[in-house]
Amino acid sequence: MTTIMNNLLYGTFIFYFVSAIVFIVVATNTKKRSQRWGKIAVTLGIAGVVIHIGFMITRIVIGGHFPTSNMFEFIAFLCFALVVAFIVIFAIYRSYVLGAFVMPLAVVLLAYAAVFPRDIQPLIPALQSHWLYIHVTTAALGQGAFAVAFVAGLIYLIYQVGSGAKQKHAKYLEMTLVVMVMFLGFSIASLLFQTFGYQASFTHQIEDNQIVEEYHLPPIVAPNDSKAVEVSSFLGFKGPLFETPSWMKGEHAASKFNSVIWGIVVGLILYAIYRLIIRKNLYQLLYPLVKKLDPELLDEISYRGIAIGYPLFTLGALIFAMIWANEAWGRPWGWDPKETWAFITWMFYSAYLHLRLSRGWVGMKSAWLAVGGFVIIMVNLIVINLVISGLHSYA
Amino acid sequence: MIENTKCECGHNNPIGTVLCEHCGRPLDEGYSNEKLDKEMRYEGKARRSLTYQSSIIDQVWNFFSSVKIAIVLIVITLIMSGIGTIFPQEQFIPSSSPNTYYEQTYGTLGKWFYQLGFSDMYSTWWFATMMSMIGISLVVCSLDRVIPLYRALKNQKVTKSTVFIERQRISVQQAVSEGENTNQIDELAEKLSSKRYHVRKEKDALLAEKGRFSRWGPYINHIGLIIFLVGILLRYLPGWNLDDYVWVQEGQTVRVPQTQYYVKNEGSTVEYYKETEKSQKGPVVRKYRTKAVLYEKNGSGKLIPVTQKSILVNDPLDYQGLKLYQSDFRAGDLTGLNLSIMDRKTNQNLGVFSVDLSNITSSQIYKVGNLQVKIKDYYPDFAIENNVPVTKSQDPNRPAFLFETMEKNQPKGENSLVISGMDFPNPETNKYNIQLAGFDMVNTAGLMVRIEKSLYIYLFGGIVSMFGLVMGFYWQHRRVWVRIVDGKLYMGAHTNKNWFALRRELSQIGFSHLVKETEK
Ligand code: HEM
Repeated sequence: MTTIMNNLLYGTFIFYFVSAIVFIVVATNTKKRSQRWGKIAVTLGIAGVVIHIGFMITRIVIGGHFPTSNMFEFIAFLCFALVVAFIVIFAIYRSYVLGAFVMPLAVVLLAYAAVFPRDIQPLIPALQSHWLYIHVTTAALGQGAFAVAFVAGLIYLIYQVGSGAKQKHAKYLEMTLVVMVMFLGFSIASLLFQTFGYQASFTHQIEDNQIVEEYHLPPIVAPNDSKAVEVSSFLGFKGPLFETPSWMKGEHAASKFNSVIWGIVVGLILYAIYRLIIRKNLYQLLYPLVKKLDPELLDEISYRGIAIGYPLFTLGALIFAMIWANEAWGRPWGWDPKETWAFITWMFYSAYLHLRLSRGWVGMKSAWLAVGGFVIIMVNLIVINLVISGLHSYA
Repeated sequence: MIENTKCECGHNNPIGTVLCEHCGRPLDEGYSNEKLDKEMRYEGKARRSLTYQSSIIDQVWNFFSSVKIAIVLIVITLIMSGIGTIFPQEQFIPSSSPNTYYEQTYGTLGKWFYQLGFSDMYSTWWFATMMSMIGISLVVCSLDRVIPLYRALKNQKVTKSTVFIERQRISVQQAVSEGENTNQIDELAEKLSSKRYHVRKEKDALLAEKGRFSRWGPYINHIGLIIFLVGILLRYLPGWNLDDYVWVQEGQTVRVPQTQYYVKNEGSTVEYYKETEKSQKGPVVRKYRTKAVLYEKNGSGKLIPVTQKSILVNDPLDYQGLKLYQSDFRAGDLTGLNLSIMDRKTNQNLGVFSVDLSNITSSQIYKVGNLQVKIKDYYPDFAIENNVPVTKSQDPNRPAFLFETMEKNQPKGENSLVISGMDFPNPETNKYNIQLAGFDMVNTAGLMVRIEKSLYIYLFGGIVSMFGLVMGFYWQHRRVWVRIVDGKLYMGAHTNKNWFALRRELSQIGFSHLVKETEK
């Protein structure tokens, strides 16, 4: 059973990956034939979703609960939500180019998910509620739609900046893209080290408890006030260069911080290599993919993503969250960091909607806001994890 | 502000009107298309905030009806909330003296964080102020808009000025051959009906409309939010809200704080996942369970049981809004010791007695066979400092006793010191030896005590809000105006969102050039 599950996961990955490549081919191809290839790309994506569902079902059968209870499961579900939201929006707008950007993002997300421990953990009492998956899945579906809005916004920016219309924004757009490369770099590095079984561990004290902190990437940074237990050497690199500051308190904060540093370093190296080979900004590389598009349509797709996501997110991340929190912790809302950031995300998208509606913020401003909203979601997912230990199991 | 509000069609409009209420013609030809597009949101109606601007009340009204102000309020709130997560809120810190904790743990930044109130920001006056301002703004801005909008949408005229039609974002003009007028209108009416539009016809004009109800979505959503905020405000009423905590040992009955109820713990257990029991990370808890009985004290001071339940995490006891949550669990609190008395010479067990640690008095006598035992001294947390026995705390971490064992009818007995976990050498002259024979251990449940009377108000507000959101986002209000004047067909269309779908719909009924090449 476990092998079936793992194979389904690999299958999902492969289908998303191939679908992404076909979408890119379609987007770059100007000939008539591309219509048919476009259909193939979508079919592959849908097949990926079906296999992904198969993966989740086998995981439910094995674990006895819906797979949204740890970081791996949640990010894998977020990837699923992204692809589902994309398929819904594709059904409305038939934009293949959107797929050429969304599907690679889905691939990177799934790779990122695989970086976290993949074993099925039993549910601690606080998580034993149907609200766990009702709340998490709806919130994640909303976030998936927001992510599609982000991608459409990004394409809009690439179109406008690439065509030379908005040169003032070039620097910021390039920076945004480099951050995405870092994300990619981190996933690649982690998967490589995981494949080769890299191991390092440290012990340190947290509130009178001796904690062992496992690393799966060579330690650039060690936990605050820690002792090394074992550190495999990597190209002769043996030990941490410095320690985390003491305010980083989350569970595994040090190894996550180490991961972030790895992401930045690998991302910058990848970007540097890219710039040496192709002497162009990234957005200039991507511009040919998008130059035939209608910017007004991109703007509408981005808005539509948010319009679809906003009610789902409100329902999942606020209303269902409150119902559950009231059952598990005895209060509908407690301003736990994760909750607060869900609130911030929601307020941000509310501001977006009002700005667009009443202040006429369309086009560039709207696209940047769509990017900003996604950054907030990622902050909630990654940064809040790192710094703070909250009540959420994958906090 | 326009002075002349009389339209060419002869209709007298209220001051502040942008599009004539009757025929839709812009009252000032100079308005840009952009301005008109924006005005379509409220059908070009006069709104109070745009009409009266002189008195103080008007200005307050205008302040709160401004969406710009609403956005500023929202953005300030979200930035403050963000700052509030830099360090943990007071309820999450492992210390009961936040005034020193933040500075000690986080330095100067922590000190500011505390002094500015961010450490407990959701109960500060300024956060409450922000919330109230958003609430007032919601009420005012909804009233300001919804009434004129309602009137406008209810009294729509079918025949609109051609200027109005021409200046819609989607607009087409085509030549029509003489005599085809009614045919054309009928044909379009039929096609639009098949797209589930409600069509109204007049001689040379047509108005097709669908999804009008979705225009109320945002307002219903705002009403839901207002209900929610009222729920929050009600929490300031006394007795509306209770948040307390109580520890109950197995077997004990204790008062539920701040209420007339009592709760008895009939057993607290912890279960582990079998498969994790031998894992190196330690066992994973599967269930915490407390069998609780809730009592109410009646007039004569007797406890009457009112309800009972096995409380689990995620499954609290709920009695008329009073909820008890399984929140903490402490295993193996020591409540009593069993001690046996041995005859030193014969090594014969003379009997056992048990000491209840929660109820130790100096006059208590334990009878064992012919012997009587008295507790002369009790040290719950025994230690020796400067050669004197002392107790480090009142918690029975290492209970020790000084017993006096007396034979029947003897005025004085022999002393023996018994320290749990230690074999203390008592004098050789002692006839009896007191030994530990066992412990009485119980578990203790930490129960959270909650009353939250606003719960159903929140839920109701949330449901109303969701209705509004779904209405507003998953449907759109689309309208098509057609008019034939002097051999020319004017078609104009408007939607409050999602223009692409409207264009596609119109292209399917014969205006195919409305869809751009890239969208096909
Ligand atoms: C946390 C607070 C608020 C939330 C979550 C919220 C949410 C929303 C949403 C979801 C919409 C629909 C947007 C769309 O259809 O694209 C909307 C519309 C609107 N909101 Fe708010 N809102 C909030 C506060 C306010 C406040 C304080 C004002 C007062 C000025 C306001 C004024 C409006 C207006 C005028 C509209 C447009 C209604 C229309 O379609 O005619 N909102 N709001």
